[in-house]
Amino acid sequence: MPQNETIQGLGLDQYKYDFVDEEKHVFRTQPGLSEDVVRQISAQKGEPEWMLQARLKALEIYYSKPMPTWGGNLSDLERVLDEIYFYVRPQDQMEHSWDDVPESIKTTFERLGIPEAEQKILAGVGAQYESEMVYHSLKKEWEDQGVIFDSIEEGLKNHPELFRKYFGTVIPAADNKFAAMNSAVWSGGSFVYIPKGVELKTPLQAYFRINQEKMGQFERTLIIADEGSHAHYIEGCTAPVYSTESFHSGVIEIIVHRNARFRYTTIQNWSNNMYNLVTQRALVHENASMEWLDGNLGSKLTMKYPSCYLVGEGAHGEILSIAYAGDGQHQDTGGKVVHVAPRTTSSIVSKSISRGTGRASYRGLLKVHKGALHARSNVECDALLINDTSRTDTYPYIEIEEQGANVGHEATVSKVGDEQLFYLMSRGMSEAEAMALIVRGFIEPIAKELPMEYAVELNRLIELEMEGSVG
Amino acid sequence: MSDSPIFQINNLHARVLEEGTEILHGLDLQIPAGEVHAIMGPNGSGKSTLAKVIAGHPEYEVTEGSIYFDGRNVLDMEPDERSKAGIFLAFQYPVEIPGVSIANFLRTAKQAHMPEGEELDLFDFQDELLDRMRLLDVDPTFAERPVNDGFSGGEKKRNEILQMAMLQPSLAVMDETDSGLDIDALKVVANGVNALTEENPSMSVLLITHYQRLLNYVKPDVVHVIVAGKIVRTGGPEVALELEEEGYAEFREYEAAQQ
Repeated sequence: MPQNETIQGLGLDQYKYDFVDEEKHVFRTQPGLSEDVVRQISAQKGEPEWMLQARLKALEIYYSKPMPTWGGNLSDLERVLDEIYFYVRPQDQMEHSWDDVPESIKTTFERLGIPEAEQKILAGVGAQYESEMVYHSLKKEWEDQGVIFDSIEEGLKNHPELFRKYFGTVIPAADNKFAAMNSAVWSGGSFVYIPKGVELKTPLQAYFRINQEKMGQFERTLIIADEGSHAHYIEGCTAPVYSTESFHSGVIEIIVHRNARFRYTTIQNWSNNMYNLVTQRALVHENASMEWLDGNLGSKLTMKYPSCYLVGEGAHGEILSIAYAGDGQHQDTGGKVVHVAPRTTSSIVSKSISRGTGRASYRGLLKVHKGALHARSNVECDALLINDTSRTDTYPYIEIEEQGANVGHEATVSKVGDEQLFYLMSRGMSEAEAMALIVRGFIEPIAKELPMEYAVELNRLIELEMEGSVG
Repeated sequence: MSDSPIFQINNLHARVLEEGTEILHGLDLQIPAGEVHAIMGPNGSGKSTLAKVIAGHPEYEVTEGSIYFDGRNVLDMEPDERSKAGIFLAFQYPVEIPGVSIANFLRTAKQAHMPEGEELDLFDFQDELLDRMRLLDVDPTFAERPVNDGFSGGEKKRNEILQMAMLQPSLAVMDETDSGLDIDALKVVANGVNALTEENPSMSVLLITHYQRLLNYVKPDVVHVIVAGKIVRTGGPEVALELEEEGYAEFREYEAAQQ
């Protein structure tokens, strides 16, 4: 989620672009991570003792775990982590002015056709008040059905029992180094509860919530879809998120109870100095279904593998992902499915595009535990290379402990061909338009699953990206 | 019909960029507006190379000579500019574009043909597409299929004709559009070409073919024979019939003499 969002609870009168005296009011922790920092975060949020203890425990785990040596190149990360601020109080987040936003970002916004108000939100310098009306009417509708759609902080405050029952159960702090870090310093994110049997027609969009409070770089989202419920959560946006920060590490936990269906869609486009290390996992119970639809663009390095733990009989997990690695970027993405119960089914479809010196790696784990009788899974990963300098790798790990599991794996690599380009150009398209059309066709199986406005934005973004790929 | 030919090729020499082998050795060709010309020749005579060079395929390099269309120097233009200038190449081997529907493909192409800054009206486009499909007797669901992906030979050629009908070129170059087609598919292609020339009498057509049979359905005004990268004979429709009877034997000597 964009971490540079709007200011919560501030009236327009308090809202200023000229932060002449901003330093006086800003609360932020010291650069780098320490026990003191964690305590300050917890105190600032007025958290219960158990949460503080959980944070401190997570910090210990963080210190005890080595930096991962697989995936992308993290050699520069230690230095980055010593320099960043792990917490800036939402009301005091450093607003920068529109003038500080680089021209390249502004140009991209303009060419994407994003209205100026929205451009400013995306650049972290404005608030979109127009959307509040929409948000409030939807919120009313949701509340009437008993749906909770709050910030993670509000979730902890207002629904302490529900929160504590599920928090950290899908992704415990000890899961991996960055999950531990997030568990220690998390700030911002969503808390969602869909009651039994409730089916939401309108997707829950984090976008509606971002003008309520700022999201942190360490966002934490907890979603509980109760029995038989049916909902779709969308976060992110295809426009590039401009940030002066260079590290993002989120944790997203989802519990999908019996017979429930949940889809989580995220499209993120980070600025290209960003390390984006996200852990997202769903626990899928009996006959429930979970779908991750994940799009990753931008960033310096993204390591992100949405996962489904199919723990109930007949559970179904699906992961659809698109990764776009531009010049100098590394997208190390994929998916993870663990079949624990019998008759569980899953499907992973991953599409990556590498342009320039970009590198896209597919990293997937498919595990079928003993006892997961008649498990079925299909993995398909396709890579498209735009230039001769582009790179793709595939790391599919398959561990099968149960005989008779039906597992398929298919991987293809293709390069945009001269014949394809010539064919399209002979119909009047420029080289960039031709490239964009080929790329759009390539991701079509996934893009068609996106809500219309996202698909449109994604297509426009690809067009812009392709302009740079020619020559 | 205008006095000076709308399409003129003079002394064209072209070679394969990678190997440097020269394929066209000084080819001359003139097509006045509204005429249908056929180029016939044996395998390896340079027929397809000529088609690709006219459209600007990057694999070939023109080393000498000129191509003018409507007074403009074609060799100075990129393939997309040639298309916008009104030149259309129906491919011998149309390329697959997975995930892109014919409708989407045509919309993008039509948009590319719009003047700078103008947006294609989607309703107009839809109407035009339906109209063109009706003209060519193509099922409307055809437009929803991904471009050439899993198409039969006949479907691919039908798609080429549909594109031609949508882009309404002033010069249509058909590169062995008849190859690999059964007689029914051949008729579909021929009927399409005829319908379009009837609709737009000023359109010039260059039919490149190995066999005479297409010319039973599309009547050429002029027939050229290409051998070893040069036009060696030009005449009326009777030339095609002679070739059908006698084959290319009489040109073999010429071919041998060139090598």
